[in-house]
Amino acid sequence: MPDQTNTDAEAAPAGRCPIIELSGAHKHFGDYHALRGIDLSVGAGEFFSLLGPSGCGKTTLLRTIAGFEALGAGRLVIGGRDMAGVPPNRRPTNMVFQSYAIFPHLDVGQNVGFGLRRSEGSRAQKAVRIGEALEMVGLAGYERRGAQALSGGQRQRVALARALILRPDVLLLDEPLSALDKKLREQMQAELRRLQRQVGITFVLVTHDQEEALIMSDRVAVMFEGRIAQLAGPQELYRHPASRRVAEFIGMMNFLPVIATGDTLEIAGLGRVPRAGLRSAAPDGQGPPEAGIRPEMFSILYPGEQTGRRTAQGTVRETAFYGDMTYYEVILDGTERPVTISMKNMPGRMILSPGTQARIAWDAESVTLFSAAW
Amino acid sequence: MAQADPGSVRRGRALIAAPALYALLLLAGPLGTIVLFSFWSQDFLALDRSPTLGNYAEALREPLYRELMLRSLAIAMAVTVTTVLLAFPVAYFVSFKVAPARKALWLFLITIPFWTSYLVRVFLWKVILGFNGVVNASLLGAGIIDAPLTFILYNPVSVVITLTHAFAPFAILPIYVALERIDHSLIEASRDLGESRASTFRRVTLPLALPGVMAAALIVFIPVIGDYVTPRLVGGPSGLMIANMIQTQFLKLNNAPLGAALAVLAMLIVTAIALVAGLALRRFSGPRG
Repeated sequence: MPDQTNTDAEAAPAGRCPIIELSGAHKHFGDYHALRGIDLSVGAGEFFSLLGPSGCGKTTLLRTIAGFEALGAGRLVIGGRDMAGVPPNRRPTNMVFQSYAIFPHLDVGQNVGFGLRRSEGSRAQKAVRIGEALEMVGLAGYERRGAQALSGGQRQRVALARALILRPDVLLLDEPLSALDKKLREQMQAELRRLQRQVGITFVLVTHDQEEALIMSDRVAVMFEGRIAQLAGPQELYRHPASRRVAEFIGMMNFLPVIATGDTLEIAGLGRVPRAGLRSAAPDGQGPPEAGIRPEMFSILYPGEQTGRRTAQGTVRETAFYGDMTYYEVILDGTERPVTISMKNMPGRMILSPGTQARIAWDAESVTLFSAAW
Repeated sequence: MAQADPGSVRRGRALIAAPALYALLLLAGPLGTIVLFSFWSQDFLALDRSPTLGNYAEALREPLYRELMLRSLAIAMAVTVTTVLLAFPVAYFVSFKVAPARKALWLFLITIPFWTSYLVRVFLWKVILGFNGVVNASLLGAGIIDAPLTFILYNPVSVVITLTHAFAPFAILPIYVALERIDHSLIEASRDLGESRASTFRRVTLPLALPGVMAAALIVFIPVIGDYVTPRLVGGPSGLMIANMIQTQFLKLNNAPLGAALAVLAMLIVTAIALVAGLALRRFSGPRG
């Protein structure tokens, strides 16, 4: 278990034949090594996300699949066909650009029908297809509108309709929601999911928003510096981060120093716990041994509340009320750095104010060990 | 509409006062004088100030004037078309193929011909195209021809060649600016949607560059139709244009009113063509806003 690797996750999920297969992919821009050996396989009909901070190579990877960048080394196969030397217009992929790339000299109908020029069918049949595509994205009757008069959300829908009307094997989405405001973004996340299930096309989404990746994807590849750090489903990714870096990038995690090692560990502020049965992330060669626990894996007990879980003592330093949740910063006894604890607000549950003493419950199963040595 | 603050209006007027005065004195004044002259008539040495349409009647009736006007239009059209056709690839190259850090250098290089006077450049073409000029000497030396070519100088073709060279930078810059404004993701989107490089150029790049192309065409066409230095120096008798006739009327034939009428007619024709071009562009630019 300590040497947990991603080999299983890199294959396409069971029951799905792979539509995109990438092996040993490298890409240089001058001296800059953008992709450093990417191996992955995306299953047909999968919603796949490339997640990472800016500059991690996720957009380069997407543009490679689309055919806008050629690989320096490695092999890209889409739908069983090697894509080396195949230009973007001959690939079974279509893309929704970050800027949406709506043609300003064409109206909405002409934009959506842009790629139909070479396809079969009469003018009238194409007009019907354009109408259906617009209806699918909730823009029925917008054919004659000027592209310039559309709102951000509408432009995005036009870009989606324009790509989906061609029925590609793979739809590539380059940060499609980053330009939208929060409410609209949440709405579009749900809609994209619905659309993907409806059309059954493989979606590959590039995003820097970990929440978005978790909400929408079947599987997520987390990328740092041109490499895939972890490739897993959203739950696996959140619960079993492969490294400290992934754990820090996905959601929030508290890191507590491990004071004593051996068969029994001592975690600062939490106390002794047997080494056996604790989950370990892959050694990443950096930092001292630490124990990671998500904020929601702690709970603050009522005064006098009985529990079968392990307990610890601390003092509330800061309270942040979020409506449905309350976030506490708690200094555990014997430590200096606060841990973050999130509690769902329930009827009758008191919100603790700063300075209050608190009893905290936790479990050994929710601890992940991070270390250079293990 | 919001009411403007009277103070700011006064300040604004003060700011434009100087250029307005300048434009009035140097542009509107002479233009008005020309229009006024065109309704007067020349009676040997004296100027008859009673209003008449006689000059316009003569300008429209006389075949020589009509021929010169049509020739000017034809030469200006030819220069405009060749200049734009030659300028487009250059502008395209600088905008799409030159590294961003080197673009300024390229634009600078393009303006180098302007470092020498227009007159000197026209004379250079005389040297290049002349009887014993560079072209003839080279062709003779290479044994391609036995006698010097005479049809390359002192005719409308030499006028077109000279003017095309002179106006190239004027055409390159507006096309370059239009190409620079094109979002490259639009070109990628077209490729992604199944179009080849060539059809992407036709369906996306060219329509989006069209305002720049039209601006380039007008910027070349308008001064060229009124040019008189080049036809005078390299045009020969068959390459003369309407501006040469206007100059002759004013200075040699001492018939300023007829010259003025010809000038006003030329201006009206240019204005009409510019208006048509502008309207066509607006239609072509498709749905915006």
